[in-house]
This record gives sequence, structure tokens and C-alpha cells, in this order.
Amino acid sequence: MSNDVAPRNNKTVVRKLLLAVVGMFAFGFALVPLYDVICDLTGLNGKTGGRVAEAEAGLLLDEQRQITVQFMAHHNAEMGWAFEPSVAQITVKPGEVNVVSYRVTNPRTTVMVGQAIPSVAPNAAAAHLNKIECFCFEEQLLQPGESADMPIRFFVDPEIPASITKLTLSYTLYDITEKSNKAQAVAIR
Amino acid sequence: MSAAHDHHHGPAKGLSRWLYTTNHKDIGSLYLWFSFAMFLLGGTFALVIRAELFQPGLQFVEPNFFNQMTTMHGLVMVFGAVMPAFVGLANWMIPLMIGAPDMALPRMNNWSFWILPFAFAMMVSTMFMEGGGPNFGWTFYAPLSTTYAPPSTTFFIFAVHIMGASSIMGSINVIATILNMRAPGMTLMKMPLFVWTWLITAYLLIAVMPVLAGVVTMMLFDIHFGTSFFNAAGGGDPVLFQHLFWFFGHPEVNIMILHAFGVVSAIIPTFARKRLFGYDSMVYATASIAFLSFIVWAHHMFTVGMPLAGQLFFMYATMLIAVPTGVKVFNWVATMFRGAMTFETPMLFAIAFVVLFTIGGFTGVMLAITPVDFQYHDTYFVVAHFHYVLVPGAVFSIMAATYYWLPKWTGYMYDETLGKLHFWLSFIGVNLLFFPQHFLGLAGMPRRIPDYALQFANFNWISSVGGFLFGFSQLILLFVVIKCVKGGKKATDQVWEGAQGLEWTVPSPAPYHTFETPPDPKLIHAQ
Repeated sequence: MSNDVAPRNNKTVVRKLLLAVVGMFAFGFALVPLYDVICDLTGLNGKTGGRVAEAEAGLLLDEQRQITVQFMAHHNAEMGWAFEPSVAQITVKPGEVNVVSYRVTNPRTTVMVGQAIPSVAPNAAAAHLNKIECFCFEEQLLQPGESADMPIRFFVDPEIPASITKLTLSYTLYDITEKSNKAQAVAIR
Repeated sequence: MSAAHDHHHGPAKGLSRWLYTTNHKDIGSLYLWFSFAMFLLGGTFALVIRAELFQPGLQFVEPNFFNQMTTMHGLVMVFGAVMPAFVGLANWMIPLMIGAPDMALPRMNNWSFWILPFAFAMMVSTMFMEGGGPNFGWTFYAPLSTTYAPPSTTFFIFAVHIMGASSIMGSINVIATILNMRAPGMTLMKMPLFVWTWLITAYLLIAVMPVLAGVVTMMLFDIHFGTSFFNAAGGGDPVLFQHLFWFFGHPEVNIMILHAFGVVSAIIPTFARKRLFGYDSMVYATASIAFLSFIVWAHHMFTVGMPLAGQLFFMYATMLIAVPTGVKVFNWVATMFRGAMTFETPMLFAIAFVVLFTIGGFTGVMLAITPVDFQYHDTYFVVAHFHYVLVPGAVFSIMAATYYWLPKWTGYMYDETLGKLHFWLSFIGVNLLFFPQHFLGLAGMPRRIPDYALQFANFNWISSVGGFLFGFSQLILLFVVIKCVKGGKKATDQVWEGAQGLEWTVPSPAPYHTFETPPDPKLIHAQ
């Protein structure tokens, strides 16, 4: 500990502390991308990754394991669309490419744009669910009364932890009609 | 600092004295009165809550208004009552304790106080706006505070910005004062513990207040500018809000309690007539708690989903806080051990602090146990826990400090009989109020709910009776303080027989200007 009288220079102290304040304000914002990186690495928030090339799939086929993939569909409070998966669950081998579709109907009398957000449980499985094609990569525009089948092509990464035998892929549909005119397809992962 | 201007010898007259003052004692008093006003306002909100919960069913208020009450109670008490009270104590006492003539940055000091009433006027005014005030809890979790928030939330955001600016300026002032203005001979390790706890918490405030400002700024962007920081539909994540909030929030709760440790460490040695046991360990324990407070935030959000490794880390790190806290409690007990104790009002509050804060600490360790937290989360057990550390913890220490230094501030002794009456009514009231809430929480009563199942009726009844007892006994404090300001038995300079420290070497009441020449280094003792 410093022994006697400290330097009597308020300006220096204030300058350093203000710098710390600005730095911490910036750090608060830096935590946003940092959080995304940590989530990508750990699957912390259950989000799945971006588009994966199909070529990566077949090479890794693991005939020994069976994993049950369950499908769920929700819609956000203001979203009036009917939305459900074509099958409740399927059994897959890691590395094997599967296609499942979700059926969606817009019962309203107006054109609406929806955006699906995926979530995987358990979170540790999120990074191991690879999507070759997914309706969640794009916005969905439906005319009044229109229905559509929206496919996902995916495979489960053979490196998925041995403890996981069942995983749930859940989609939540959000109404983004107001935002979508301005916004391009939001980069959803 | 040039002392060339400002050569008047007493305070200016009238309202302008308070508007323009740069005197640390004036500003300290302003902070303390403001804090007391906010304490009564926040307490009124709490009594609305307790009145509604007196019986099951909806009696007095609409659920939305009830939610505004819980939110405003929390915000007003945390940002309006507890924090400004400690800044007020810092203004009054830190220069007196370290032998400085004033705070290092007196003009900024004036500004950091005077923006506060505007911040709170803005925040409270939202309750009269269309759609009502904030109703999303004091933690303002997104998307409740963004997508589903009342339109007045923008005013709430700016109010938080202003409070944050005030806190940051106050902290810069405290650090500059402590680092630059200590009297010759006042080394860091001779500083009273209240000064130490303030130095450490001022750094904490500077580290976390800007993060809070960032969080509310992100909310503002999400609400008005179409960004998606916390909006899942646009690729954001509401859980990110909770991480950011608690990165601020956990250090914040430590900020509110560390000063209290400093106050109690001043009072107990005085009335035990012994030196504080383990001064050095107290300093290091404070620093350890401050450090640990940065790495435990996710224990507030075990239930949102977290990898096992994360849950274990945050559980053990949280439990680790019990170690330095335990050091402090043992040191206070060891200070009292075989001391020549007397039980004046400040000492009663300080002892009650040690006992009741420790109860709050124990329930904190219970909540830290991850699997158990899933059961307790968002129940009245949590409410009981944090009210035990904040009310008989932080608030009792502020009351103890008020009684302890009031004779130095006013020059008169306060009414000891009324002080003791205030203590005992508060002590009984606070325990009646919060102890049954442990049982309610363990039985599963959720927090922030205006109605409840019948089996919770008895404990809620007791709790409400305690709440009104505690609330109305605070009027005694107001009366005692006013009576003491107006007159009474003259206080001596030392006031208390066992009091040590520079603040007791100046006359009572402390003159408008003190330590214009540094105190005699011989007066500065090791703690």
C-alpha cells in the first residue's frame, strides 16, 4: 500500500475513471456478439447453426446408433397461423439425411409474413443438428387462406454426445409482417 | 484545487444555498433527505402491496397496478432510497474521516445530486401516463419491458440513464477524494472501514453502471429503432437480457451491502469499546466479495437453462462468497467479545444487522444450491431472502449510521427513548414482515402475484401486520431526526465515549468548513 500522501491530481483520476466508464459501456455492447459466439460454441441457448453442405453428411454415417428426433411447433401470441409438423417424431441414424416438413396455413384475410425460430433441447444437442435446408433460413409469405408445406433437410452429427438418444427440435413462428418490408431476410441461425 | 474564490465563512441563505451548494455537508444532507423521502414513497408502494395481500382475493387494486407497485417499490428503494443514502453518508463522512476539507470535485457533486430528483420525478410520473408505469418488475426482463411494455417505458429508460449518470459521478468523486485528498499520515491501511468499503464499491459502480446504461439503451433501440437485441423474432435472445442485467445486478446488490459493512464496522468497536477485530482481514474480505460479485451473476437465472458445468461453476462461486462474509461476521462478533458493551440505539441497530443479515446470508447459501433453487425460484423465499439482506441489512445500517452520526451533524443528542422505541418496533415489525415469507416461499407461493391460494392466508396476514408496523414506525425516525435538528441536549465533540476517528475531533455540530488545514498526524491511529 502506498505510504504517504497520494498524488493530488484530480484531472488524471477523473480522466482514467471516465475512460473506464466509456470502456465498460462499450463492453456491455461487446457482450452481445460475445454471447452469440459462446452460444455457437456451447449451444447455450438451443439455437441451431446455419446452412450446412449436404456433402458433409453421407461420409460420416454411423449405423450403430439410433436417435429419436421429435418435432414441435408453436406460434407466438399474435401469430394466427396454423402450424404443425407432418410427423411427431422420427428415428434417425447419425449422418443420415432426413426430410421432414411442417404444414402452415394463413387463416387470416391479410397477407402475412412469418419467421420461424428454431430451438433444440437438450441444449448440448443444438450444435449437432445440421440443417442442409430449412424454412427458418427464410421469411415465409402467405396470401390469405394459403397453405404451404415447408421442408427441412437435416442430419444429426455423428459426434453428438453418446448420452443423447433423443432430441427435440422446436420452431416458434413470429409475425414479422410489419418489419419484413424494410428488413431483408434476417440472418437467422 | 484553487481555493481563491469562495471565501465566505458560512452557508448562503435561503433556497439558493441548497441549489448552488458545493459543500459536502450540505450535499450529504440533501442526499439523506432525498433518500428518506424516497424511502417513505417506496414504503408506501410496499404497503399497497401488503394491503392487497392481507387477504386472498383481489380487494384494493387491479393486477396491473399491483405489478406497477412491485416494480416501483423495487426501483425506488434500490435506486432512490438505499443508494442515495449511502452517497449521502459518503458525502458527509468521508471528508471528515480522512481529514479532507471537502470532496475532490464539489461542482460535480452538486450536479450528481440535483439530477436525481428529476430522474425520480420522471420515473414516478410514468404512473400517471396512459398505459401506466413500469409493470415488469424491478429487473425489467425483456420482452416484458420491450415488446409487451407500456408506452411510458421510454421515460423509465431515460430515468435509469440519469440515475446511472448520478451514481457514476458520485463514484468518481468518492474515488478522487479518497485517492487525492487524504490528510498527511492517513495511509490506505489506516482509513476507516467505511471509507474502504466506499472506495471498493465506487469501483464496482463504475464497472457495472455503464453496463446497465448499455442494457437500457439496447431496450430503447429494440422499442423504437427496430433492432433485435432481445427480440427472438429478429434473431435476438431474451436470455441475453438476463445475462446483461445480472452482470450489472449482482455487483449492484453487493454495492448496497458493502457500505453497510463499513458502517457496522465503525459502530460496533465504538460501543464495544474495543478496536475492530481483524481490520486487515476486513479490507481483504471486502475486496474478495467485490471480486466474487462479478462471477456469480448467473445464479439468478439457473432456471433459464444452462450447461451442467455452468450450473456447478455458478453454484460454487456463489457459495464461496459465504467465506469472506463469514470472516466479517466473525470479526464483528470477536470485536464484541469481552467488550465493555453498551446498547445505545446505533449499537442496537448494528447488532440486529449482524444477526438478521446473517439469516439473509444463510438463505442466500440455500438459494445458491442449484437443484434446490429450481424449487425456490420466483417464490416468496427469494423475497424473504433479499429483504432480509436489504432491510435489516442495508436499511438498518443506514438507520444505525443516522443515529450514530446525528449528534455530529446536528450538535444535539437525539431522544434515546424514542430511538430505542423506533428500534424495537422496527425490529419486531421487520421480522413479522419477512420471516413468514420464508415459509410462504417454501410452501410454493409465487412472488409478484396479487392473489394467492387460501392455504397461504395466515402467513400473509402476519406478514402484512408486520409490514404496517414496520412502515409506520419509520415516522418515529422522522420525528426523532426533526426533534434532534431543532435542539436537545448538547453533544460533546466525541459524542460517544468509545468513538475513535477524525470525525470525532471536530466540534459538534461539525462546522460548515472542516479540515481547511490538515489534522495533526498524531490524531490518525491505526484502526
